[in-house]
Amino acid sequence: MSGADDASVHAELLEGLLAGEHRALARVISKIEDRAPGYRDLVSDLYPHTGEADVIGITGSPGAGKSTLVDKLAETYRDRGETVGIIAIDPSSPFTGGAVLGDRIRMASTVGDMDVFVRSMSARGTLGGLSTATADAVKAMDAFGKDKIIIETVGAGQNEIDIVRTAETVAVLVPPGSGDDIQTLKAGILEIADVFVVNKADRDGADRTVQELEEMIHLGEGTSTVGSGHHGVATVAADSTPDDANDAEGWRPPIVETVATSGEGIEAFLEELAAHRAFLESTGTRTELARKRHAEEIRTLLREDVNSLLEAELERTGGIDALADAVRTGETDPYSIADAVLEDLEACLAEADLEGDLDSEDRSEHEGNLGETTLEGDEPSR
Amino acid sequence: MSTEQEEASIRCLVAKVGLDGHDRGAHVISRAFRDAGFEVVYSGLHNAPEEIVQAAVQEDVDVLGISILSGAHDTLVPKIMDGLAEYGAKEDTLVLVGGVIPEEDRPALESAGVAQIFGPGTSIAETIAFVRENAPER
Repeated sequence: MSGADDASVHAELLEGLLAGEHRALARVISKIEDRAPGYRDLVSDLYPHTGEADVIGITGSPGAGKSTLVDKLAETYRDRGETVGIIAIDPSSPFTGGAVLGDRIRMASTVGDMDVFVRSMSARGTLGGLSTATADAVKAMDAFGKDKIIIETVGAGQNEIDIVRTAETVAVLVPPGSGDDIQTLKAGILEIADVFVVNKADRDGADRTVQELEEMIHLGEGTSTVGSGHHGVATVAADSTPDDANDAEGWRPPIVETVATSGEGIEAFLEELAAHRAFLESTGTRTELARKRHAEEIRTLLREDVNSLLEAELERTGGIDALADAVRTGETDPYSIADAVLEDLEACLAEADLEGDLDSEDRSEHEGNLGETTLEGDEPSR
Repeated sequence: MSTEQEEASIRCLVAKVGLDGHDRGAHVISRAFRDAGFEVVYSGLHNAPEEIVQAAVQEDVDVLGISILSGAHDTLVPKIMDGLAEYGAKEDTLVLVGGVIPEEDRPALESAGVAQIFGPGTSIAETIAFVRENAPER
């Protein structure tokens, strides 16, 4: 397909998406996932239409009941007349890249209701519980006009914390009996919660799990850095008590008990999500979060571009396999190779700077100007 | 490099329509597709035609595999095809039917837009090869 065709297809897709066509939304997300040619322009065009949706992340260990809870959440939002987008991420095979995406099975309450748009995504080899395309897919749903966007992460476990970079409010599901109280001392997933959900609260051990989480949160308030959720913006003042911690100074993650299969506790959960959203707005934290998120997006894009440049450079020098073999046979080592490759790149950048100072007209004629390509954000050809 | 892995992958929806009570076959095919490197959305037992259409459209799948043993294929499958057409998704979705389909029912399904029917005894390798060859270019 030629570039011109791409552009007209994209214009059509964008128009369809903004007009509320489900198939256009589905197709845009596929383009984002596949990194189809020109997908970046498409996402760029989505940006002006975003910013309205509430983005909620749901994470927790496998079998914690994430899908069922998301289903009930979506149902309740729909009852209130709000539209919902759901992104459900499942793991992909490290060997074949294949995946079985089975979260849809548990999302039956809203079947037949197109205003709940469920999209299953494979993690496509990334760690951290999100696909790299997730943030862009959220943009597509936001531009489409969804009021609430719920992201359900892979469910990989203790280090699944990417969700904090995409969602404004993160709920961590902790099933009863998931380890002893030492688990609550560990770093990782429990630190990122804005709301704790003890799901399957009708099971034995739920009370104890709630108690352990309470203790953990209480301990957190004794220090100056924890106790404000994952955002680390406000710090809890020294004289704060658990009772007044939930004011402008900081956010004390509440614990809700739910039984997702029966819908018990869902209303309370929704209230806490809404309370967190209100907290974000009243304290200005939402603006702060948005700034961090955009900064991270810019960094990610730049890293991808630089990666592509380096990959092209490696290809030019005979490919990574040859270099790896050179290391294997003891001719050189990875550090020396990295230095050598980067030296060229740095030299090019320095040259570009110099020329930029001297004469900006000449710069565009300079071939292979790496610095310029990066700064303009052009998609490197692959 | 990493971005290479993120290029287009064949997306399939494996769906059980109607009243069939077991989905062993659907599990086997989902797993085989996964091992072939496809992304398989499995939608579970007892799907209504509308549900399957909704899932196929939202998930933007290249391939829809419908598993049916109950004998109701002649009413349920055309309903799915009509639903896909309604969303403009019929043309570029490869629709496969797996299950017990009597010979005399096949022409009707094929004229409704089903690309291939896989009866009992079809090898998994054959099914995967068919998908690889016929998955729509988009």
